[in-house]
Amino acid sequence: MNERLAAIRQEIMNGIEERATSRATAFELRKQFMDSKTGKIGQLMKEMKSIAPEERAAFGKSVNELKEWAMQQFAELDEKMKAKELELRYEREKIDVTMPAEEKETGNLHPITQVRNQIIDVFAGMGFEVFEPKEIENDYYNFTALNTPKDHPARDMQDTFYLSTEFLLATQTSAAQIHAMETKNIPIKMLAPGKVFRSDDDATHSPMFHQMEGLVVDKKITLCDLKGMLDVFVQKIYGEGATTRLRPSYFPFTEPSVEVDVSCFECGGKGCKLCKGTGWIEILGGGIVNKKVLENCGINSDEYSGLAFGIGIERTAMLKYGINNIKLLFESDLRVLKQIDDN
Amino acid sequence: MLVPLSWLKEYVDIDITPRELEKKLFSCGFEVEELTEVGKEISNVVVGLVEECEPIPETHLHVCKVNAGSHGTFQVCCGADNVKAGGKFPVALVGATVYMTAKDHKTVEGTMTIKKGKLRGYESEGMLCSGVELGVTENMFPGAGYNGLLVLPEDAETGADVKPILGLDDWIFDISITANRPDCQSILGIAREVAAVLDKELKMPAMDYTETEVKKEGFTVTVDAQDICPRYIGHYVYDVKIGESPLWMKRRLALVGQDAISNIVDITNYVMLEMGQPMHAFDCNYLEGNAICVRRAGEGEKITTLDAQEYTLNSNNLVICDGVKPVALAGVMGGLNSEIRDTTTEVMFESAKFARDNIRKTSRALGKRTDASAKYEKGVDEYSTIHAMKRALHLIEELGCGKVSSTHVDVNSGNSVEPREMKVSIKRVNDVLGIEVPNEVILHIMKNLQFAPSIDGDELTIQVPAYREDMDSYPDVAEEVIRMYGYDHVVPTFMPDAKVTMGGLNRKQSKELKLKRALCSAGAYECIHYSFFSPSDLDLLKLPEDAPERRTIRILNPINEELSLMRTTLAASMLNAVARNQKKGNLEGRLFELGKTFIPKELPLTDYPDERETLCIGVFGEKESFFTLKGMAEKIAETLFVKFDYAPAKKTFLHPYQTAAILCEGEEVGYLGKAAYEVAEKLDFRTDAYILEIDLKKLESKYDRRASFTPLSKYPEESRDLALVMDKAITCGQVEDVIRKSCAYVRGIKLFDVYEGGQIPENKRSMAFTLHFVPGEEAFEADSVDRFVKKILKNLKNQLDIDLRS
Repeated sequence: MNERLAAIRQEIMNGIEERATSRATAFELRKQFMDSKTGKIGQLMKEMKSIAPEERAAFGKSVNELKEWAMQQFAELDEKMKAKELELRYEREKIDVTMPAEEKETGNLHPITQVRNQIIDVFAGMGFEVFEPKEIENDYYNFTALNTPKDHPARDMQDTFYLSTEFLLATQTSAAQIHAMETKNIPIKMLAPGKVFRSDDDATHSPMFHQMEGLVVDKKITLCDLKGMLDVFVQKIYGEGATTRLRPSYFPFTEPSVEVDVSCFECGGKGCKLCKGTGWIEILGGGIVNKKVLENCGINSDEYSGLAFGIGIERTAMLKYGINNIKLLFESDLRVLKQIDDN
Repeated sequence: MLVPLSWLKEYVDIDITPRELEKKLFSCGFEVEELTEVGKEISNVVVGLVEECEPIPETHLHVCKVNAGSHGTFQVCCGADNVKAGGKFPVALVGATVYMTAKDHKTVEGTMTIKKGKLRGYESEGMLCSGVELGVTENMFPGAGYNGLLVLPEDAETGADVKPILGLDDWIFDISITANRPDCQSILGIAREVAAVLDKELKMPAMDYTETEVKKEGFTVTVDAQDICPRYIGHYVYDVKIGESPLWMKRRLALVGQDAISNIVDITNYVMLEMGQPMHAFDCNYLEGNAICVRRAGEGEKITTLDAQEYTLNSNNLVICDGVKPVALAGVMGGLNSEIRDTTTEVMFESAKFARDNIRKTSRALGKRTDASAKYEKGVDEYSTIHAMKRALHLIEELGCGKVSSTHVDVNSGNSVEPREMKVSIKRVNDVLGIEVPNEVILHIMKNLQFAPSIDGDELTIQVPAYREDMDSYPDVAEEVIRMYGYDHVVPTFMPDAKVTMGGLNRKQSKELKLKRALCSAGAYECIHYSFFSPSDLDLLKLPEDAPERRTIRILNPINEELSLMRTTLAASMLNAVARNQKKGNLEGRLFELGKTFIPKELPLTDYPDERETLCIGVFGEKESFFTLKGMAEKIAETLFVKFDYAPAKKTFLHPYQTAAILCEGEEVGYLGKAAYEVAEKLDFRTDAYILEIDLKKLESKYDRRASFTPLSKYPEESRDLALVMDKAITCGQVEDVIRKSCAYVRGIKLFDVYEGGQIPENKRSMAFTLHFVPGEEAFEADSVDRFVKKILKNLKNQLDIDLRS
């Protein structure tokens, strides 16, 4: 009897060794032995009745041991096969990870909008609100109120597009200064980003471009405040180490007027191609609001003073991103628009 | 403006290098656009004494022994016809650089370095030079224009550098002058600034002369247009001998690019450059009527100017006339009839102030810009008007080219040329700057700027010279102080006394930014196009003559016709942008622009037009369809918390059956559709394009809507699918509308299938919808939804003859 049990045990071991190649064959194998009706071990159990009663207990014990052992073997076999199959599945699903990604394309804001937003963020934090200049202005706001009367030579600094005797395309966002001073209460801290137009169309000029006007009107505003404010601005826009340099200039609506340079962010001031060897890059103009301009807006210049500045947005964007041709900004070439993502 | 260093040194001692001077000028407000070293290309050329000169047989060459002083004596071969023993010529030593000339010996073709060489077997160590090879013209040095060797004076020291002798040791500053400083449009004006910034004395040019007893009897000057000619000074000069100007004057004129013409003409040009005051000289022999009259030109009056151009004038132009006819176009150019000739013996000098606006208008209208008109446009002061005349008369005497009569006529409107007194508070000056500039520094700066200052307590008193018309009030003083004191004294502060303000974007601005960001996330790239467009763009859109878009604001002086109209729609620019992209091989993409359209209230403009924020989207490529663009429209609605409805519509430039009007609360706010094939063909589209345009100003009132939350229903929701058969003409929108109106519990309607053919009768189609029912306060009863569906089907049947598909 024990020989039979030993033979079955051997048969199972051989089966596992030789026939079990997958979970399915392992299951078949298991069934062959373990099925309660047809399995070889199941049939041994049926033979119990024909065993002499005195041997029955020992036989039962041996069969149970075999059964326990077999179940253990088949459980292990199943685990093994499961692991093997998983491994095969992984192999089948092997991919070339260097193939291109699938993307859902996201567009970009225009570089001008990106820079505009960055500048607004800097000054919004200082308490500036945003004012929207008009693109079509009248002569009074664009020139006369800004201390540039009809025969003023400064009018020659700008080639104006005229629409009628009185109306023109804004040549500067500075007209927003006048509108703001006429409509808002002091203290005023405002930014006016807008489109401006000059009759200039060549490799480095576009007849339309963008400016950002800044204006502060309050008590005791000084040139030092302009410097302090612009120092923060250049550090946020051009990097922590950036500093400004003021130098004398002329605008009819500020007095004193300054041209503002930023230390070259390419070479750190040592001199390079970008800064033409000077270590400085011209970025904006500004000054103390001309008292005549305050007076034109009915503001008492004995009590209040102001500062103003104007930033060229194209210039800032071109410097920041290394765009070499202003015309590229208005051609809507997707190859250009896709490159600049600095939101 | 061009300023030679040597000329500047005439008025101020300069003991710093040109580069240092450039920095000083920059710091006080005068940007040097270019600093050029005269004779930069020339080096190692010295005075050579030819000691021996023998012809080389059967050639035009000579072999010379050239003594170059301390540099040694060299054998040099020379082909010039004027080489001779005993003569002094420039000799370029071995290693020297000079200009290389073409075969004509006149055209410069770059530079060359002199090397040892052999000519016809003769050693040659160096080269004897012509004027052209050294870059010297006849006006810089007499004889330099000769096609042969430049002959140096006998007293030139052998072996000495030739550059100082030939005027090649100079620097030219090209200085940009800001519009507020017309007084610096002259060498003397710049010298004043240089003297101030270098803390040096200004040496004024000599302006003295002696008048003779001689008078031009009966000569009169009248000014009929004093409003535009506030001062006119005439002075009569006789016994004039026309000839060449002296070398120093010719050389200075040459350095700033002016040709020498004759002593009298050169004096007028020289004084204009030196003092900034344009001058003119008339030949008295050609002045009729013994008179000068300054008046407005008559309508159609003609003048022929010095350059032989004839102009027809009108009353906007100011003319200088003799007793009979115009003899000069005031402030622009003299007349040909009275120009200085070789035979001139009597001259009337003119120094005048004309209104800058008048000169500018004349110059623009006639398209004639001269050095004089440029100066007048920027502004000429009366101080210079007087001093320039004095200086010119001094030069007449100095050059010995005429006698100064006692006929001096000064017609003026009584403006003083004396300094005017100005008092300002020092505290206010410092308040502008934000720093405390010491009083003695202020005094020193004001003194250097010729303001004769004094300080009493807080009060600064200055005497402002007449040429400083820009000085008006304390901010001007502050600017003068800080530009001389140095902007590096300005320290950063942050408005210690200012009130706190709230910053940031307002509702409209944040909405627009949010909208832009939403479109980006839908894969669209923002673009910016010009605010103007072309009349041909209106034709591209095939807009009829009476279309509102054709009522445009026109630019009176456009750059060209293509950029002449203010946009009334953004669609044309977008279609063009799509075309440009396709031309460059970008065959698919999504673009959007948020810009303005300009709707005039009346034309020509007498009031601000309506500037309307407008959104335009253009999508193109194989993957796009009407419905992908409609998806973006829905995204816009979602972003703005509004609901859009769509109705079939027609647009001249869009597909007749793939175009919809966009409605918001019953109002038409825009459109979307496929670009018409005619438009696509005209623009060479390679893939289909779809355009959307929305007038955002119409939606602005809805910008204050915010996101809101509807509590979730506590009761189960239910869905039903309905396949409906209807006439082909019935739109999905119509069906949805009936469904919505039939049952308040329908929260969602989703079309999931459209089918034609098969068992569906011809002229009919089937649309299958999933309806989503959401209960309200109470749960649905067992048969609620069935009742809703029954009602919906009944209404569909009654209103649109729609059946449930069997």
